Amino acid sequence: MNLGVELAYLLASVLFILGLRGLSSAKTARRGMNLAALGMLLAVVGTLLNHQIITFTWILVGGVVGSVIGALMAIFMPMTAMPQRIALSHAFGALAATLVGVEKYYRLGAEVGSAKMVAVGFEVMFGSLTITGSLMAFAKLQELVRGAPITYKLQNQTNIALFAGTFLAFLYLIFDPSSARVFYAMIVSALAIGVLMVLPIGGADMPVVVSLLNSYAGLAASATGFALENNVLIIAGALDGASGFLLSVLMSRAMNRSFGNVIFGAFGGGAEAAIAGKDATGLTVRQITLEDAAVQLSYARSVVVVPGYGMAVAQAQHQVRELAEEIEKRGGNVTYAIHPVAGRMPGHMNVLLAEANVPYDHLLDMEEINPRFPETDVVLVIGANDVVNPAARNDKSSPIYGMPILDVDRAKSVIVFKRSMNPGFAGIENLLFYEPHTSMLFGDAKSSLTKLVTEMKNAA
Amino acid sequence: MSHEVLMQLYIFVLAGFVGFQVISRVPALLHTPLMSATNAISGISLVGSLVAAGADYGPVSTALGVVAVTAATINVVGGFLITDRMLRMFKLDRKDRP
Repeated sequence: MNLGVELAYLLASVLFILGLRGLSSAKTARRGMNLAALGMLLAVVGTLLNHQIITFTWILVGGVVGSVIGALMAIFMPMTAMPQRIALSHAFGALAATLVGVEKYYRLGAEVGSAKMVAVGFEVMFGSLTITGSLMAFAKLQELVRGAPITYKLQNQTNIALFAGTFLAFLYLIFDPSSARVFYAMIVSALAIGVLMVLPIGGADMPVVVSLLNSYAGLAASATGFALENNVLIIAGALDGASGFLLSVLMSRAMNRSFGNVIFGAFGGGAEAAIAGKDATGLTVRQITLEDAAVQLSYARSVVVVPGYGMAVAQAQHQVRELAEEIEKRGGNVTYAIHPVAGRMPGHMNVLLAEANVPYDHLLDMEEINPRFPETDVVLVIGANDVVNPAARNDKSSPIYGMPILDVDRAKSVIVFKRSMNPGFAGIENLLFYEPHTSMLFGDAKSSLTKLVTEMKNAA
Repeated sequence: MSHEVLMQLYIFVLAGFVGFQVISRVPALLHTPLMSATNAISGISLVGSLVAAGADYGPVSTALGVVAVTAATINVVGGFLITDRMLRMFKLDRKDRP
């Protein structure tokens, strides 16, 4: 490899790191991303100058088709579909890495050698399970497949056997790289692992899984770098791997669960665990009318909105902003409390609210907002449930005990927007709804909010 | 283990550490743009795909390479564009708040 290409790769690696550094604040983020894109351009141009490449026709075909698809998806994909898009792009990234590995093995066969086989094996193994795992996650998020955990008998055992089989095939290949059958069998079983791994994972655990798949896609790219002896691939893959890993750790921590619990949690437990915790027999909820809610909000000095996945499903973010404007017109102050695992991917609520033109300095993290709840006049809980369940703080028998939550029960009053009294995704009773200072506003969040905005406008 | 593989491991481990340090400073606000940005960056597999598609190693290699180039380009182009589209939406409040 010549010096010019190597220098282009080095510069690209530096630009990637500077680009990610830009993301440490919303002000510098766009500039950072432009640097990273410049890095990518350098790496690609550097590679195209590589003397190994002799025909450009097919590269051009792939590049044009990929650019058109990528650009169309980027321009027309609604922000609400972002979790699906992220899941899908993990699949594309992993597909590219896997195919590069397969091509190398197909061409060289036994000549790959034991040492390179380690890299190629990792590449296609991580790549394959990321392809199908991400496609499964995509199908669940797009609701092509039931979002609830899918479990069956001996699930755990089947998966462990499959893991062991795949790993044995990998070890075998290191000692005998000539066996093409074992190589392709390893790919097939890694593809199966991807499907089976995501099948039992429920919608609320998606932030962890999507982050984990992000990490795997990065590791596959890194392994490609080892296989091709290409440092920029190793570095970019490692950055991606570290990012996905860190995010999945943060997400697991925000749910007070371990990795293992998220991945294997649906096995066995599930149904029985849901019944645990205090029940609400004999307690009644207080309903509030739209008129009363409008009056209460008109006089509120400080209002905190707690959005959850329900807001995303109802696509109510624009109505939330309209309501906030009405409150602000009357001199009230509106902020938004964002729980780390609200929604289906890390940062989901922030993107939705930013799209609805909510300024990002009004979006506050859990640590920032929690001390402010006692001074808050009204909290509006919109489509969130488990992240505001006080059982996480005070009921040791609850399955979510210990999970960090938003302390909305400490506010002066709470209005909960909810479809019905059905318990949330986790099936855990939420005693917040029965507190004397909590009132319920039943119905679709979007239409409730629209009516509330009209009510407030009329009252003015 | 050869000297070269050892050097690659050095690079991998150190890049992982740098990644960890840099990314732990990204606020929760920007976690979704972070995911789509790292996705775009991991489209760097494109570099490997380009060689497979253009080195004339035979029809199967070229076919695998072209599909890989397509998939990686979707991530690179789509990833950077959508990250920018998202980041453009993040605005500060214009009026001065106490």
